Amino acid sequence: MVSLNHYLVLSAILFAIGTAGVFVRRNLITILLSIEIMLNAVNLTFVAFGRALGAADGQIIVFFVMTVAAAEAAVGLAIVIALFRHRESLNPDSWTALKW
Amino acid sequence: MAFYVFAVIAVVASVLVIAQRNPIYSVLLLIASFGALSGLYVLLEAPFVAVIQIIVYAGAIMVLFLFVVMLLNAPHEETDYDERIHAYEAERGAGVPAERVRGAGAPGVNKVPMRFGGFLAAALAVELVWVLTKGGESGAFPSGAISSVKTIGQLLFTDYAFAFEVTSVLILVAMVGAVVLARRES
Repeated sequence: MVSLNHYLVLSAILFAIGTAGVFVRRNLITILLSIEIMLNAVNLTFVAFGRALGAADGQIIVFFVMTVAAAEAAVGLAIVIALFRHRESLNPDSWTALKW
Repeated sequence: MAFYVFAVIAVVASVLVIAQRNPIYSVLLLIASFGALSGLYVLLEAPFVAVIQIIVYAGAIMVLFLFVVMLLNAPHEETDYDERIHAYEAERGAGVPAERVRGAGAPGVNKVPMRFGGFLAAALAVELVWVLTKGGESGAFPSGAISSVKTIGQLLFTDYAFAFEVTSVLILVAMVGAVVLARRES
């Protein structure tokens, strides 16, 4: 029988995969994709809890998370395009000017 | 049963997303992962979320990613660096001790942050599983969930009306920001 815990564990695994992607990858696009994986893991948690509690609020939060994800993707990709024009590279190590 | 099928698809596709060196394949695999998540939402009796997952996420956001990947025309991670990362990943996958991985690195590579990051991610997974399952054995879901589009729409335009309006401002700001940021300097 699939219970709430199954969904929570799956969500934790997906979130950790996204975190690993942010740390391990050296490509701005892939890092943004990893952030999307993390956002989706959180969405799954919201929907699963909403189902367990019998409330529709979890799905409404998912609606807002998706909106924020869309805004984040639009702005993030615009920044990636601007950076790529600047340095012809997608490697985040190309921009370390603010690093001491 | 369907839960395990969708869960395996989602996890495998997500792992492949971060294992790919070509961002185009990453984006397409992420769409597959979102499809599996959409199936999970259907199993959770959230058809509205399942549909907007496909239409908005897979249909709009991922197409935006795909558009940028193809626009930039820089599909691969930088070759030199890439080879080192993949050698490292292949060895790690084979269960080789960390000392050998360190010795195999090309000169000038700082892999410590990445290994540390991978370790942190694994620790995060363990912690999250521990915390989330700490509530004890959760039983089966209650039957008869209220998750019709009607319920969601009513909540969205009554209890959450303010957040809904703020969302529209957020989208406007994001739109202006994207246009300004991506504008070519004249």
